Amino acid sequence: MASQTRRRRSAPPAGSTVPDAQLREFYRDMVLVRRFEERAARAYTEALVGGYCHLNLGEEAAVVGLMSALRPTDYLFTNYREHGYAIMRGIDPSKVMAELYGRVDGVSKGWGGSMHMFDVTHRLLGGYGIVGGQIPLATGAALAIDYRDGDEVVMCTLGDGTTAIGAFHESLNIAGLWNLPIVYVIINNGLGMGTTVAKSSAEPELYKRGAAYRIESARVDGFDPVAVRKAAEAAIGVARGGRPYLLEVVTERLRGHSVVDPAKYRSAEEVERLKNEDPIAGFGQKLLADGVLDDDAVARIEADVADVVAAAAAFAESSPHPEVSTLFDYTYATPVPNDSRRLPGQPLFDPEPLPASGVHA
Amino acid sequence: MTIMTYRQALHDTLRAEMLKDDSVFLMGEEIGNFEGSYKITAGLLQEFGEKRVRDTPIAEEGFTGVAIGAAMLGLRPVIEMMTINFSMLALDQIVNHAAKIYGMFGGQARVPLVIRTPGGGGQQLGATHSQNIELYYAFVPGMKVVAPSTPADAKALLLAAIRDDDPVLFLENLALYNTKGEVPDGDTPAEIGRAAVTRPGSDLTLIGYSRMAHVASEVAANLAASDGLDIEVIDLRSLRPLDRDTVISSVRKTHAAVVLEDDWLTYGIGAEVAASISDGAFDYLDAPVRRVAMAEVPLPYSKPLETAALPSGDDVIAAIRQTLAAVGHRVLPS
Repeated sequence: MASQTRRRRSAPPAGSTVPDAQLREFYRDMVLVRRFEERAARAYTEALVGGYCHLNLGEEAAVVGLMSALRPTDYLFTNYREHGYAIMRGIDPSKVMAELYGRVDGVSKGWGGSMHMFDVTHRLLGGYGIVGGQIPLATGAALAIDYRDGDEVVMCTLGDGTTAIGAFHESLNIAGLWNLPIVYVIINNGLGMGTTVAKSSAEPELYKRGAAYRIESARVDGFDPVAVRKAAEAAIGVARGGRPYLLEVVTERLRGHSVVDPAKYRSAEEVERLKNEDPIAGFGQKLLADGVLDDDAVARIEADVADVVAAAAAFAESSPHPEVSTLFDYTYATPVPNDSRRLPGQPLFDPEPLPASGVHA
Repeated sequence: MTIMTYRQALHDTLRAEMLKDDSVFLMGEEIGNFEGSYKITAGLLQEFGEKRVRDTPIAEEGFTGVAIGAAMLGLRPVIEMMTINFSMLALDQIVNHAAKIYGMFGGQARVPLVIRTPGGGGQQLGATHSQNIELYYAFVPGMKVVAPSTPADAKALLLAAIRDDDPVLFLENLALYNTKGEVPDGDTPAEIGRAAVTRPGSDLTLIGYSRMAHVASEVAANLAASDGLDIEVIDLRSLRPLDRDTVISSVRKTHAAVVLEDDWLTYGIGAEVAASISDGAFDYLDAPVRRVAMAEVPLPYSKPLETAALPSGDDVIAAIRQTLAAVGHRVLPS
């Protein structure tokens, strides 16, 4: 199971020590993702958010560690569990929440929703709802960087269950063949919906799948933001040097697959165990013990984050819904003749009066 | 004006666009060293190198998605899908990603991608290698689907497709690669979404695209000679967007229509055209709209069976005679 593999991790990669200010920022960011997701879940139960809603709860250290290692000019492709990634790429949490609410000020103008966040400015090139769909796209972005001799890299995150899909293998093969600057990151939370890694992957040590494509790979403890950051730095370094990399981040999904999933497939023992597994609590206690944080600082962070999240919800609620008149604005990037801009029930052609004679000459 | 084959027109246009625009590059299976299964890309690897003419592994979903991702960053990939049959391996990337990325993210990323691929039966390739499934892509808002039938249109539509900022499925046809025609020397892209009236007429509108546009022209010429019929022929050229206005204007004039397609009858392109005629020219019709399409079977290998299953000129003539007979105001020799 995920927690067991996490404890059996190899030692975190060596590197420079992380300054205290960075540690406090990690903690603050992890709390922000946590509280944002809790607020999103509440909004969902209040029917302010529609569709599916997948949360990063339990994955905060992974999200924060990975995102902190990217340059602003690097690109991120991810899946449908991406609210935390969007915020940590620097997108205003209010615009992320507005997208959840389906409003016009949302990061994707209300067209994407929870699963499809996109912001070209912050180089988040999508949240994707189809499992594995983002992997070839991310590989293509890396090809474009290579084509132009750029020094950016692409990071592409995916879930543990996604390593079984063809697009994963086809993409790693292409990236390996063409030496593309991309880091594939498996967020292994132990469960693809309700199916365990052990039941879905013949090689449950998922990072080893890189070997089939001669792609260097490693596994890291996803509850430790510092370890994730260091592992990500090392991976990104390899990618910037012109080779792809496969990083497995072992973490936990503290709740169901999505907001509406009660996760009844989990055993009583696992539920009990998870009560004592929390990356934020663990990291916070360590920082308190090390004197990096004190109780006042923790309280200030909580209050500050609460304000950000409350402001995000208020912004989302006050943002208007998109106008129905814009329904046909985003089908094509370039105008087309004979465009079908018809609402349901509207005829293709306006009715004409009957020919006067009823028959043709 | 130069006379050349459909194949040569494609090759020369790809080459010209690659010379003109550094962001245009090619990917596909066997397009480099092997020079393409149908030799459209012959010589281009030698001229442009491996960076711009990329032989891919056999991974349709993978390399199609790679092209989409590269297009999102502003490159202009032209990929070759060896035949349209194999595009089904890439269906998720085409339908769920290429066609939706612009809309799904509120217009923030364009996908200037061209997927070149031949359809076409009649080569005794059996059930999985003889399909015409352009309908799958024409069904999807966000996709553009063009189907040139002549060397001139192959050039003009390929120019347009490469320069378009939306994903375009560019349908070629195995039976057309060796056909010849006049090709203008200039640099004039077609407007995607415009049909062509390739033969004006007044007795009946005959509508086709790709190989069936040729069948339509031949049938119209034959019936003019044999029966004195004056048939108007429309080459759709673009399946999405579909030029309904040209079709409707014609049918309002001729009062009868037969639609030709190389794919299966039910739920097809012909059904869409017929429904459009019903909507736009119902009061003008003197007979029901007929469709001539492939028999609804997995296409067999056996030559007599394959021939029977594919729509022929004789099938079209029979449908035209029956349509005009239904009009009842014209007597035709049997």
